[in-house]
This record gives sequence, structure tokens and C-alpha cells, in this order.
Amino acid sequence: MNLKTEKSSRRKFLNTVALLTGGLLVSSVTKPFNGLLAASNKPEGNGPWYGIGIDIEKCIGCGRCANACKEENDVPRVPFYFRSWVEQYTIKNDGEIIVESPNGGIDGFTQSVPDEDIFKSFFVPKMCNHCSKPPCVQVCPVGATFETKEGVVLVDSNYCIGCGYCVQACPYGCRYIHPEKKTADKCSLCYHRISKGIAPACMEICPNDARIFGNLRDKEGELVKFLKEHTCHVLKPEMNTGSKLFYNALNQEVK
Amino acid sequence: MDPRYEALYEALKNVHGYIYPNEISLTWSILIVEYPYITGLVAGAFILASLNRVFKIKALEPTYIISLLTAFAFLLVATMPLISHLGKPLRFWEIMITPHSTSAMAIFGFVYLWYLMIVLLLEIWFDYRYDFVIWSREKKGVMKYVYKILTLGAMGTSEKDLKWDKKIGYFITVVGIPSAFLLHGYVGFIFGSVKANPWWSSVMMPVIFLFSAMVSGIALVLFVYMGINFIRKKVQNMPTLDSIGKYLFYILIIDFTLESLDQIHRIYEANESFEIISMLVSGKLFFTLGIMQVTVGTLIPLLILGLFQFFKPADKIRKIAYFIISIFVLTGVFFMRWNVVIGGQLFSKSLHGFTTYNLGFGGQEGFLMALFWMIIPFGILAFLLWLLPPWKKTVH
Ligand code: SF4
Ligand code: SF4
Repeated sequence: MNLKTEKSSRRKFLNTVALLTGGLLVSSVTKPFNGLLAASNKPEGNGPWYGIGIDIEKCIGCGRCANACKEENDVPRVPFYFRSWVEQYTIKNDGEIIVESPNGGIDGFTQSVPDEDIFKSFFVPKMCNHCSKPPCVQVCPVGATFETKEGVVLVDSNYCIGCGYCVQACPYGCRYIHPEKKTADKCSLCYHRISKGIAPACMEICPNDARIFGNLRDKEGELVKFLKEHTCHVLKPEMNTGSKLFYNALNQEVK
Repeated sequence: MDPRYEALYEALKNVHGYIYPNEISLTWSILIVEYPYITGLVAGAFILASLNRVFKIKALEPTYIISLLTAFAFLLVATMPLISHLGKPLRFWEIMITPHSTSAMAIFGFVYLWYLMIVLLLEIWFDYRYDFVIWSREKKGVMKYVYKILTLGAMGTSEKDLKWDKKIGYFITVVGIPSAFLLHGYVGFIFGSVKANPWWSSVMMPVIFLFSAMVSGIALVLFVYMGINFIRKKVQNMPTLDSIGKYLFYILIIDFTLESLDQIHRIYEANESFEIISMLVSGKLFFTLGIMQVTVGTLIPLLILGLFQFFKPADKIRKIAYFIISIFVLTGVFFMRWNVVIGGQLFSKSLHGFTTYNLGFGGQEGFLMALFWMIIPFGILAFLLWLLPPWKKTVH
């Protein structure tokens, strides 16, 4: 190799190194911004990518969603184990927070705090957030919990070993080990229905349209419209789970 | 009422405040308390053996082989509580065959196998190879062939062969120390990496697990060593006991410091989970944490061992004290695991309330099952001591 080519190849090498480091620097600067812009982790592709909206202002606490879910999805009919449930929050004048969910709200609610002591009270329907950075998927030792390309987090009960690690990892208490199947169970966003174009059971039954489900990629769709028109928040944003369950009028007291 | 739910209906009555409805039953039971406990005993016993070998501590020599065999006996059982706790125990092999690479639990299987197969088995084999050869010549009947098989055909007894045994054994020990650290640090990571749980989620967790593992392993070796001498009606070697006591004391100090640091950090930072955790610690965990883990398992042993560093009462008193300390420390570390595993599930992730844990007597996850998995390793150890008696080893 003569001197000239050696020099030029060295220059090339240096250029590449500079480019790579520069690129790294730029991307490491821009990356956090990307992260901030999209709190959830949108995958590639242009098929439907499902999310959920819940309007706390519209929820009347009838608990029909929780009931419909148990009916639809073979969830044990006991006052524990729910794929979908409703909580009643009561914030008292003295700041005390009371949360209740007797039988997941299926039998309706009564208010135990006298009216004059109540600062405010509201209902919060809960279900799997179908996180786009789901910790439950991350920890599953056999990959029985997974995310579909539509952004639905599912459990393959033929594969699940019932270790319960995902139950521990979900920050929202959305999972349980099914007492009969002995495998992990949780909301599937009624995958068997949505794949046929039917709305999930809980969405369909809600008498006050407090629950919306839809395609987050569809800019004209109902869910995106809901997000545009309301100030929405996700639960426990500090967990960085990329939750796709967006609440309108979510009080910061709700955990 | 469906008997499956009876206990849960009972628990429902004892919920304080609000818990998510799915949190009524603790997903991880006493068996998952045992899993890190037993793994910790393994790592601890092995580290004691390795320190002994690498730093050539004369006084600890009589415990060397015992530590290794103890580690091995417990390691064979280590994953059993975990497997028997699974909803689908017969599918456990899926963890090894189709491991999910981002799961701490999946990778544990490999760390475990590496440690069991490569480190511990090999180390013990190289330590015993020469003896296998000798025993296969001396023994009669079936045992002759058993030892012969155990030599795996390596029958050399020359000086050179012995040197090689030692060299490779030493090399494995050196690899083994970080492996043992990895094994148990990893168990800590399984809990420490669960960000959903503020009682677990801590970078300190692996380190704390590691040091408490060493503490428990040393205490176990102390217990086993004294037990063997007692059963074989041999005098207890006081320099050995004092030496183990000294190491136990040092490691216990480090362990206690780390755990205190973690707690102080939590108290000082006092973030949003602080209230519920302080209620947990002063309420539901008061007995298991305040009394069993801290007082019985740590402070009393620290005080007595500390005293022995300056003032040595008569041998007889020290002997009794060491034996009691070993039991106290073993109990304390068991409750440390309890407080992590059970404690971490007693409060709701909504941070609004508590559930309760009722340890059943029988059943898949009851007391008897837990006891069973604690006794089995001692049975295995007894068998190993019979098959590979350290006291009949040729000294070379
Ligand atoms: S809400 Fe829980 S179960 Fe649902 S995807 Fe998120 S972490 Fe998983
Ligand atoms: S319980 Fe099943 S789905 Fe959950 S982590 Fe274990 S194997 Fe995976």
C-alpha cells in the first residue's frame, strides 16, 4: 500500500469514527425528546394499534362492565379475581382518601361517608392498560405473556407455567393466577371479539359511553378524537409502562 | 362454599384499607421464601469454602469439604420449592428450553446450571478424585464399583496427577467465587428489578441478598460442622469455631450496615410509598422483621460475637454460644427472606391498604411442604457424608 492510499484510508476511517460518534451524540440528545413525545412505544406497521379511553366524568359506577367481563371471559364468580373492576374514590374534606370496590363494583356502590364530609367522589373503572412497554411481558420466563402486533397484551395459557412473576410485575394489579386453570389471567381486550370486529364486552355494555376503545393510528377515529378533546392521563406514569389506557379527568389521588 | 376460596373469603374479612381485588391472595407463598433462602445458603457455604482455599486459612480447613458438600446438598434442592410452587410444575422445563431473554427468572436457570454443573460438581470431583481411586481399590463389593465409576476412569495417583487435581481445583475455586456471587446476586435481582413493588425495587437488593447469603451460609456450616462432631462424638475444634465466628461477625457487620443503609435511605427519601411501608414495618412485619430478623437474627449474634472478639469465656460456654448463634442467624436470615417475599405482597400496589397471609398447614404450599424442602437437603447431606466421608480423605 502506498503512502497516499494509506493516508486516505486513514482519513476515511477517522471520518467514519467521527460520523459514528457524532451520530451517537446527536441521537443520544434527540432520543430523550422522542421518548417524551411518545410516552408509549409505538411499533412499526400500519395495522390497527389498540388503545382504550375511559371518561371518569361519565362513569356512574353501575359496575355492568365488570359483570359483563366476568360473564364473557370465564372469570371466577367470587368477590376477588377480576379482569375488569370499578373503584369508588371518596376524598373527604379532611383530605382522607377512601377507596372501595366491593365485589369489583358488580353489585353497585353505597356511600359510607356522610354527604357533608365529602369533598369529592368519583368512580374509576380499571382493567389491563395494554401497556406498550409492558413489565409483565418483560419478566415472563417463558414468553407466555406477549404483545400482539395490534398492541394487545395476551397470555397463552397453554404455555404459561403459572410462576406468577407477571402478577408481581404489573403495577396495576391487573393479573391473577386463575384458580382453576392455574395459569396467569388478565383482560384480553376481548381479543376473540375484536378480531371479529365486535367491541369488547365491557365497552359494549357501558350505558353511559364512558368507555371507548379504538385504533390509535386512526387519526379520524373515535379514540384519537377523545384524546384530542380531553385532557387525559395514564395511571402511574412514573412506572413508564407505556400504558394505552387513557383517563379523562383522572385525579392524582388515583393509583 | 368452594373450599378453594374459603381461605380467601376469610382473608377478605381481614383486608385493611383498600387493595386491588386481585391482590387478595399472595401469589408467592412460603415456598418462594425458601427458594432464595436455600440458594443463599449454597452461595454462602461455597464462598466460605473458597475463601478458605484461596486464602489458605488454616483454622478453617476442617470445614472446607463440609462446606462444599453442604453447598452441593442444598443446591440440588434449591429450585425444588420454586418448581413445586408453579401453577403448572410439569411445564417447568419450558424455562430452560424456551427461555425468554428479558426475564430475570429465565436466566436464573442458566446461572444455576452453570454453578451446579460446572463449578460445584467439578470442584468436588477434583477434590475427591484421588480418594475415589484409593477407595475403589480398598473397598469390597458394590462400593468398589461405585467409587470406580466415580473416578470416571481417571485412575492416576502419581504426584503429577495430584498436582493437576489441585491446580484445576484451585482454578475452579477462583472461577467459583464470582459464580457464587452471581448466583445469589442474581436472586436478589429477581426481586430488586420489579419496579412495580416499592418494597423490592432497589439497586441494593442484590448486594443485600449476597451478604445475607454469606451470613446464612457461614452459620449453616457452623451448625453442620458442630452437628457432625456431635454425632461422631468428636471434640469441637475451638480454633475452628472461633475462626468461623470471627468471619461470621465481620460479614454480619457488613450485612447489617447494608440493610440499615437501605432502610435509612428509604426513610430519608420518604417517597410516595413511605407511609404504607412504614405502616407495614411497624405493623404486619413487626414480629418477623423487628424481632426475628433484626433482634434475634442480627443484633444478639452481633453482640455476642463482638464480645468474643475481646473477651473469651470458657470453651464450653463459647461452644454453646456458637451453636445457638448459628441457629439464631439461620432463623434471622430465613425471616429476612420472609420479610422480602411475603412482606412485599402484604401491602397493595395501590398503596391504600393491606392483605394478610395465612400459612396453611398441608397442601401444595403449606407448612408441611415447606418443612419437607428444608429437611431434604439435610438428608442429602447425610448421604453425601456417608458416600464421601471427609474424615476418611487422604490428607495430601
Ligand atoms: S396493565 Fe399490567 S397486565 Fe396489563 S399490560 Fe400493563 S403491566 Fe401487563
Ligand atoms: S405466570 Fe405465566 S404468563 Fe405470568 S410470568 Fe409466569 S409463565 Fe409468564
